[in-house]
Amino acid sequence: MFNHLLSLLIWLPIVGAIPVLLAGSSRPNAARWISLLVAIATFAVSLYLLPQYNSADAAKQMVEDHLWIAGLNVHYALAVDGISIALILLTTFVGILVIVGAWEVIQVNPHQYMAAMLVLEGLMIGVFCATDALLFYVFFEAMLIPMFILIGVWGGPRRVYATLKFFIYTFFGSIFMLVGLIYLYLKAGSFDLAQLAALPLSMKEQTWLFFAFLIAFAVKVPMVPVHTWLPDAHVEAPTGGSVVLAAVMLKIGGYGFLRFSLPIVPDASEAYAWVVIGLSLIAVVYIGYIALVQEDMKKLVAYSSVAHMGFVTLGIFIAFMLVRGADNLDAAKLGMQGAMVQMISHGFVSGAMFSCIGVLYDRLHTRQIKDYGGVINVMPWFGFFYVLFAMANSGLPGTSGFVGEFQVILASFQANAWIAFFAAFTLIIGAAYTLYMVKRVLWGDITNPHVAEMKDINGRELFVLGAFAAAVLVLGVWPHPLVQLMDTSVTQLVTQLGNHKI
Amino acid sequence: MPNLNDILILLPELYLVAAACLLLLLDAFMKAEQRPLLHWLSIAVLLVAIYLVVGGQPSQPVTAFGGMFVRDGVSEVLKVFALLCTALVFVYAKPYLTDRKLFVGEYYTLSIFAVIGIMLLVSAGNLLTVYLGLEQLTLSSYALVALNRDSRLSSEAAIKYFVLGALASGMLLYGMSMVYGATGTLDLARLHLAAGHTGMPHLLVFGLIFMIVGIAFKLGAAPFHMWIPDVYQGSPTAVTIFIGSAPKLAAFGMAYRLLESGLGDLSQHWQLMLACLAVLSLAIGNIVAIVQTNLKRLLAYSTISHMGYLLLGLVNAGPEGYAAALFYAISYALMGTAAFGIILALARAGFECEEIDDLKGLNQRSPWAAFLMMLVMFSLAGVPPLFGFFAKLLVLQAAIHAGFLWLAIVGAVFAIIGLYYYLRVVKVMYFDKPVEGTEIRLQGDASVRLVLSLNVLALLVLGFAWGPLFGWCQRVFVG
Repeated sequence: MFNHLLSLLIWLPIVGAIPVLLAGSSRPNAARWISLLVAIATFAVSLYLLPQYNSADAAKQMVEDHLWIAGLNVHYALAVDGISIALILLTTFVGILVIVGAWEVIQVNPHQYMAAMLVLEGLMIGVFCATDALLFYVFFEAMLIPMFILIGVWGGPRRVYATLKFFIYTFFGSIFMLVGLIYLYLKAGSFDLAQLAALPLSMKEQTWLFFAFLIAFAVKVPMVPVHTWLPDAHVEAPTGGSVVLAAVMLKIGGYGFLRFSLPIVPDASEAYAWVVIGLSLIAVVYIGYIALVQEDMKKLVAYSSVAHMGFVTLGIFIAFMLVRGADNLDAAKLGMQGAMVQMISHGFVSGAMFSCIGVLYDRLHTRQIKDYGGVINVMPWFGFFYVLFAMANSGLPGTSGFVGEFQVILASFQANAWIAFFAAFTLIIGAAYTLYMVKRVLWGDITNPHVAEMKDINGRELFVLGAFAAAVLVLGVWPHPLVQLMDTSVTQLVTQLGNHKI
Repeated sequence: MPNLNDILILLPELYLVAAACLLLLLDAFMKAEQRPLLHWLSIAVLLVAIYLVVGGQPSQPVTAFGGMFVRDGVSEVLKVFALLCTALVFVYAKPYLTDRKLFVGEYYTLSIFAVIGIMLLVSAGNLLTVYLGLEQLTLSSYALVALNRDSRLSSEAAIKYFVLGALASGMLLYGMSMVYGATGTLDLARLHLAAGHTGMPHLLVFGLIFMIVGIAFKLGAAPFHMWIPDVYQGSPTAVTIFIGSAPKLAAFGMAYRLLESGLGDLSQHWQLMLACLAVLSLAIGNIVAIVQTNLKRLLAYSTISHMGYLLLGLVNAGPEGYAAALFYAISYALMGTAAFGIILALARAGFECEEIDDLKGLNQRSPWAAFLMMLVMFSLAGVPPLFGFFAKLLVLQAAIHAGFLWLAIVGAVFAIIGLYYYLRVVKVMYFDKPVEGTEIRLQGDASVRLVLSLNVLALLVLGFAWGPLFGWCQRVFVG
């Protein structure tokens, strides 16, 4: 069997970026087509993972393991489980759509834009595959470079401020994780995640490490109070940058909690689960209210992302209360599964929302809600998609947004009714801020004469929004395949939660 | 009487002395238009020297001239990279020197003499050899800094460098005399044995302090860093690039010889001193760099902070820490050469390219140059997958392993602060619009551009394949 599938998946887009760059600014169309081909090929390879993956086996699969640095016992070790595969598929799927979405929109140096996107895609896949902590860290950090360039070069007026803030915030978070990882390495003699998970650690060590991991991943997710980089980065990023940021990059924070905090420092995670749960509820409720008063569409969706990601962290850490406090494995699994489904669903929904805003922005070059109004009169097709995604964003049953949130609320109920009460707030606030935005943008009379001149979506935009819509609906009506894909991995994670290290 | 064996051990150095003298003679009788020949000859001389160093390397450490001179693995690594960096410097410097009518033979011979100093210094087996090598290096450097004698800035930098350097040499000598007084020997190996049971431990530690001042000055570690920004800025860039690369390897070699080979038993004393120097260097280097507008000054402060990281490795005071610090010194020498190499390649007659704003919009004028500079900046900042990250990783690990977790955290925090000014350079190149009416692109012929590209891409490649180099660094400290 060909056992370099994961390497192929990581390096195909990264190496594919070289011909795109070489095509140069003189042949922008060649650059576009090559990058599209590379993205499609990557997606095809990622689909090929599905038949290869044995969903009944909880062990990591498609293992690749080469000694990378002998002197430090660092391995180039890759492997996937159901959760990784789901996230990889999300990444490659979004990877195609951002390239199609940027087709004519990016006019300045399109080859550099496309190349940065492809490199970013490869690195993100790498994060989801790495089973060596140092390799994970390398991908985790390297990712910042293309994103920094994407926001800084093709972004809006305050792009420099936003991109520096983004880079420094994330670097700030992760450097402490690096110190933590080195500490773990010196104890375990290896960066292998499985070995780190088996390493006995005292409560004091676990506490320090827990906060080192927390700060790294909390910045990435982002959680209150370190979320302030996200609205800035989202508002200033080009559409494609926002889509990737919201759809995939934020998930890496949640993924990090699963791979680092839970298995390596379980006791500290349990002891401080209340911190994460508290912050998640603040994100859900308070950030929801903040979203309500936004006047910039992108900012509104950015804040709604923070609120929705609150569900992911809530679902992950509520599982601790359920397993260790109440020994309720089923409910814990439900919460964890909800968090995972929410990650994937939020990837589609937020990506779709940002794509929609991109469509509007390309026509009117403003993101202010007050500049629009009555858009449905001139762009009926667009209106259809916009309303659909808005519904998904507010968690309407039948869309993907509902499934994960519902599962998490259900699980929280079994832990503590008050947590469920506050979490359920999102259904009201989410609907309020999303629909209020829809009302002001789509409905009503056309007040801005420029709106009257707007043309409905073209075939390219239809493809992007249609693909997102299909994903949102399929996942909403029939989440079974996704749940099935991740089932054994989630079960295994939840059982691991019961392991004590002290 | 030196025997043939001693001569053979010293062959690379002797060869370089002879070659440098020949080049000097050749230059005296050469017409100006033949001078490019001298340029290529000098590079060839350095490459042959690398061959002699590696080819004649004994399998076991050997000493010559009664222990004055040591040829071991550490000296081999340091010499190879010092010679390599100097050869790179020669390649990058030629267009710059030609444009400024500084294309003279002295530049080459003085640089080679400085390299000889480096080679003696890193092979020193005796306090006297340390001093001899150091003076050989610094005297050549003073003259190099003053190479452009019509420039006031250049002369000022040279005087500053000379006065402070002389002071530091004095301190070092004073310290050595105390160590001699306490132990009765100048030989590093015997010093190592004697240091443990001297009758005058206080005198010994006092001498150690003075020697550390000398080392810190050489490294450019705060608070003995004052000369670095002025010398970096004042020297012609073709000289700055030299001072910023190979001598850093020498400084590591000197620290290793004095502290480990000589006073290894006193490590509990000097560990904390180095830790203080490291914290100060990290703080001053990273914070003051933020407000710089001159690119060369910015890189000068960046050097100071990098020496802070190098000290994190030395603080470990074990083979693992020395390997990390050596790795760091090599990575810094390569990055420094690349960074100044790009500045040299962008400069042309009447345009120094030494303000950060000179790089505005570089991506639109010369995407390749901008890409190379970006890689160097991210490498200096320590962002994976570039070489600089792994060097930082190793020194942080060494510090934590030695029980200096707080120091590693300080290093991590200052890495975040340092990130800002490196990002600012990238920002200027990529996000700003070029200034109308200016033109900025890579100068020099294809060979310069090729070597420069290889140098920078090596930072990327070594980010993936740093294992062998690290293995080499580890091996030389074992046994």
